[in-house]
Amino acid sequence: MSEVLVLVDHLEGAVRKPTYELLALAKRLGEPSAVYIGPAAQAGEVTEKVTKFGAEKVYVVDDAPLKGFLVAPKAEALAQLAEKSSPAAILIPSSGEGKEIGARLSIKLQSGLVTDAVDVAEDGTTTQSVFAGNFTLTGKVTKGTPIITVKPNSAAPEEGAGAGAVEEFTPTVSDAAKKAQIVAAQPRKASGRPELTEAAIVVSGGRGTGGNFEPVENLADALGAAVGASRAAVDSGWMPHTFQVGQTGKTVSPQLYVANGISGAIQHRAGMQTSKTIVAVNKDEEAPIFELVDFGVVGDLHKVLPAATEEINKRKG
Amino acid sequence: MNIVVCVKYVPDSTADRQFESDGTVDRVGVDGLLSELDEYAVEQALQLKEKAGDDTTVTALCIGPEKAVDAVRKSLQMGVDKGVLVSDEAIAGSDYAATSLVLAKAVEKLQGEGPVDVVMCGMASTDASGGVVPAMLAERLDLPQVTLASVVEAQGDQVRVKRDSDTATEVIGGTMPLVLSVTDQSGEARYPSFKGIMAAKKKPLETWSLSDIGVDAGEVGLEAAWTAVADTTARPPRTAGEIVKDEDGSGAVALAEFLAAKKFI
Repeated sequence: MSEVLVLVDHLEGAVRKPTYELLALAKRLGEPSAVYIGPAAQAGEVTEKVTKFGAEKVYVVDDAPLKGFLVAPKAEALAQLAEKSSPAAILIPSSGEGKEIGARLSIKLQSGLVTDAVDVAEDGTTTQSVFAGNFTLTGKVTKGTPIITVKPNSAAPEEGAGAGAVEEFTPTVSDAAKKAQIVAAQPRKASGRPELTEAAIVVSGGRGTGGNFEPVENLADALGAAVGASRAAVDSGWMPHTFQVGQTGKTVSPQLYVANGISGAIQHRAGMQTSKTIVAVNKDEEAPIFELVDFGVVGDLHKVLPAATEEINKRKG
Repeated sequence: MNIVVCVKYVPDSTADRQFESDGTVDRVGVDGLLSELDEYAVEQALQLKEKAGDDTTVTALCIGPEKAVDAVRKSLQMGVDKGVLVSDEAIAGSDYAATSLVLAKAVEKLQGEGPVDVVMCGMASTDASGGVVPAMLAERLDLPQVTLASVVEAQGDQVRVKRDSDTATEVIGGTMPLVLSVTDQSGEARYPSFKGIMAAKKKPLETWSLSDIGVDAGEVGLEAAWTAVADTTARPPRTAGEIVKDEDGSGAVALAEFLAAKKFI
């Protein structure tokens, strides 16, 4: 059976959930081979984790010579691995970096690229949610080795140990690949809440919060949810851009999306329209968001949210 | 300094966008315009020109049918110096690979007129929302890429940008020539002034065909694509849900009840 390369999604060796989702999809297409490009010191732990979720092989690429040079060397490493292993497909997490790696790989391998897939079937058919979530599109790569970037929450991780055979790989990195680099980096503090794109519940705030996100955050905590923000809230400087849900921020599709003080402009809808259940709280009963909701409250979020949070906490006992 | 800014003419994202029966985007039924996210690219290109103070030329480069020239015109009105539209029927239905091929070949033709220092792009188009063409351009042109910048600074041939990734705020550096892309956080795009609109009418605007840039019709278009669309299905509209008015805390209780009924609590 053919290998399927899965690029491990991690932060300095801490494996992130989309990796396990991609491994589950890879199983449909062939034998998952995880590709870990990261600190060598974490390779053992990473191997253990991906093996638990089905990796038959684990290619370990020590990122020391690549570190800081952004996507170009990673694309070279993956291309060289692909040439070596002739995989049936290459699955990459759909982050900004992931899509750029997929892009460079597509040209290097002269192979088709599908971006932001939300499903991959056994026969390679991909599913995408397009036009702000208004259309579902199915398609396929028709040339070369399918390169597919996959959004978080596209599959359930499947525990089931693979062989986990480790192969260390040292790529040849060209000088050209080192012409752009990270000069300085300030890590963000972890919020302690679930990752926005991976969370089952997202509670967002918009212009209606007036800059006070406490009611939103307290409701999020009562529900074990991630916090999101509309573009208006980010542009006003109330929340960092990484919290933005929308066309130019994150696209989420959680089980439950609660929009508070968010009018529901198309740019925001593009980021959350496919959520399973949508709830909104807004002072304005004409707000377009109410066209999307399964349940809505017309009222002041500064009154409704704290009361709702209290009610929820009471019911939780 | 020579800057080429890539701009796309896209269906208005606030309108009712559709697909054709062959799986391509309907670019006829909905009004088109310069992609909102590319306005930021034009703006940053103009700011680089203004700060460089020297002989900097900014060229807008667009691929599309005849009416896509609107996107080039808007760029000229904003202050770009020259415009190029690559237009050829054969290009219709192109995928990322072919789009990046045509752009790359057009940039190469411009490079024949003088070194291109920066290929500036938006963070993604508002129709395909791929965000991959800048990286493909960098690969095809063998240039470094510095992408998703929220702040751009250039000093001589050195570029420094700020990028807000999920996990960190980064400062990224690169040496020209390079591919640069900017996000919607990079600063409000200017409105064309009346003076700019009048001046645009006299600015050079060329239309190139595939043969002008040395691309064979067989390398582009729907048939040559490396991916194929099988089916496009409109999502069924959501059925309107229950909306309650909050009265003395009734809203909060109703909300909690709804969440409990749906087993979210």
